[in-house]
Amino acid sequence: MSIINVWLFPARLAWRQLVHDRPKMIAAISGVLFACVLVFMQLGFKDALYASAASMPLKFDGDLFLIHRQSEAMWRPAQFERSELIRALGHPAVAEVIPLYLSLATFKAMDTQVKRTLMVFGYDPDTDLLNVDAIKSMKVALRVKDTVMFDEFSRPEFGPVGEQLKVGRNRTEVNDYKVRILGVFQLGISFAADGNIVTSDQNFMRIFPNRSMGYIDVGAIRLHPGTAIQPVKAELKTLLNDFVKIYTYEEILEHERLYWENAAPIGFIFNFGTVMGLIVGMVIVYQILFTEITNYRFEFATLKAMGYQHQYFVRMVFASALILAILGFVPGFVLSKGLYYLAESQIFIPMPMTLEKIVTVFMFILFMCATAGLLAIHRLKSANPADMF
Amino acid sequence: MVIAVHNLSYSFGSGTLTQPVLKGVDLAIHQGEIVIMTGPSGSGKTTLLTIIGGLRQALNGSVVVLGEQLVNSTERTKVSIRRQTGYIFQQHNLLKSLTALQNVCMTLEMQHDLTESERSCRAQKMLEAVGLKEWLHYLPESLSGGQRQRVSIARALVGQPKIVLADEPTASLDRQSGHEAVEILKQLAKVSDTAILLVTHDYRILDIADRVVELEDGMIKSA
Repeated sequence: MSIINVWLFPARLAWRQLVHDRPKMIAAISGVLFACVLVFMQLGFKDALYASAASMPLKFDGDLFLIHRQSEAMWRPAQFERSELIRALGHPAVAEVIPLYLSLATFKAMDTQVKRTLMVFGYDPDTDLLNVDAIKSMKVALRVKDTVMFDEFSRPEFGPVGEQLKVGRNRTEVNDYKVRILGVFQLGISFAADGNIVTSDQNFMRIFPNRSMGYIDVGAIRLHPGTAIQPVKAELKTLLNDFVKIYTYEEILEHERLYWENAAPIGFIFNFGTVMGLIVGMVIVYQILFTEITNYRFEFATLKAMGYQHQYFVRMVFASALILAILGFVPGFVLSKGLYYLAESQIFIPMPMTLEKIVTVFMFILFMCATAGLLAIHRLKSANPADMF
Repeated sequence: MVIAVHNLSYSFGSGTLTQPVLKGVDLAIHQGEIVIMTGPSGSGKTTLLTIIGGLRQALNGSVVVLGEQLVNSTERTKVSIRRQTGYIFQQHNLLKSLTALQNVCMTLEMQHDLTESERSCRAQKMLEAVGLKEWLHYLPESLSGGQRQRVSIARALVGQPKIVLADEPTASLDRQSGHEAVEILKQLAKVSDTAILLVTHDYRILDIADRVVELEDGMIKSA
C-alpha cells in the first residue's frame, strides 16, 4: 500500500495539474506526438529500405546461392563463369543448378514514353527460380522470343501496365530493344530499382547483346529434398574456387540487408533523423515541464511547508513526463499507422508496423520524456518555502 | 509548553551586509493557547514564524517546538515539525488545480496509513466545520476570498496539529469575512486544544487572542 502511494499520490497530483491546464498539456502532447511520428517514420523508412533491399532474393526458390566475391550487392553484381556453377553439380547432394542473369536497364513507359531504370531478371522459365505463381503459369509463353513479364508493384511512373495490357497495348522497349509484355506479376521494388521485369535467359541475351550466357550474376543451387544444407555448403566451399561466395537463403537475405545498413550511408541518415526527432521532442517536453514547475513553484513551496519532501516533487515531475509520454505516444502511434498505410499504398514501399517497432519507439519516447524530466528537476530548487513566505 | 523560543537571533545576508532581524527573542506558548503577535512591517514577525514552522534554519539561540530543537536541526527534524504544524498563509496558497476537498486531502496524503475514503471523510467533515459543506467540489478560483481562507484553515487543521501558525490570515479579506475566518479558527482550535500563533497587523481581530505580544526591532515587547 505504502509503496503504491509513494508513486500514486504524486502521479495523481501531476495528472490533476496537467488536466487543469489543457492548452499546455495539449502543447506538450503535440510535442511528444511529433517526436513519436518522426521516429516511427524514420525507423519505418529505414526498415523498409532494408526490407526492400532484401526483397530481391526474397522469392528465390533455392537452397544455396553463389555470387562473385566482388559483388557488393545484388543490384550491381560482378559476373562469374557459368562453369563455376555447373561444377557444383559434381556434389552428389546437388539436384539442380540455375543460372540467373541480372542487369539494370531502361524501360520506356508506354503512355509517356519516358525511360526509367528497372531491374531485369533473366533465367530459364522452366526452372521456376522465382517462386511467383503468375510467372510460373506463363513459363511456356515466356520461351517465345522478345517476351517479358512486368512487376505490377513497380513505381507508377512506368505507367499503368496492367490496364494497358487489358486494352491490348503490350509493346515497349527495354534497353532500346523492342519487347512484348505478356502479363504482370507481383514482386515489389527496392531502393536500387524502381521496378522489375522477368524474361527468359535467351531473351535476356537479346536485350543485352554485350552479355553472354557464359557469365552469370547469381547461381542458384537446389539440393535433393531432405538434405541438410549446412554440410553441403561447407563441402561446396572447398570444391569451388575462392572467387565465389556461397550463401544459404537466409544468408543471402542478410547479405543484402547488411549492404544497405553498412556500405550505404542511408542507415546513418535515418538514425540521424531518429535522434533529431527525439531531441526536438525532448526540448519541447523539457520546456513544458520547466514552465510547469515555474508556474507551480508557489504551490510546491506551500506543499513543502506542509511537510512534503523533495522526493515527492521529483516523483511528480517524472510522473508528468510519463503521462505525457503515454498520452503523446498513443495518438502518435495511430497517426504513424495511418502514414505507414499511406506509404504502402501511395509510394509502394513495404512498411509493416511490427510489435518490435512499437516497443522500440515507445522505449525511445519514454527515455526522451524521462531525460526531459531529469533536466527539469533542477528547477524544483527554486521552490524554497523560506524564500517565498 | 509546545513552543519555547529562547534568545533567538537571526540575520539576513552575510559579511558587511548582515542585516539582523531577530535579536534575542524569547517566547513561550502553552498547549491550547492563542497568541497574537503584532508589530510594524519588517520587525521580523514572518521570519520568526518561518523558523518556528521549520521552514527556515536558525543558527543562534534555542527554538524548541513539540520537544524538538530546531536551531541547527536536520532536514528530517524540520520536516517532522512541518508535518505536525498547521500553516495558514497570508494568501490562501491553495493548489489551484485541486478542488476544496482535494486541497484539504493533501494534508492527509502524507499519512499513508489512512485509506482514501477515510481521508475524504475527514476532509469533508473539516470543510463542513468551516461552513463549506456546499462547496466541496469547487476549484479555488470559483470561491470567494473568505471561502478560500476557510479552505486553507480546514487544510491546516485537518491533520489535527498541536500547533497552528498563521501569517496574516486576514490580510486579503474584508472585515467581516476576516473576522469569521479567525472566529472559526479559534473555535476549532479550542475544541482540539491546539495552540495558535497568529501574526497580524489587523487590530480588529485582537479580541480572539488569549495573549497579545508585540515584536519590535527584533525583540518581544509584552503588551
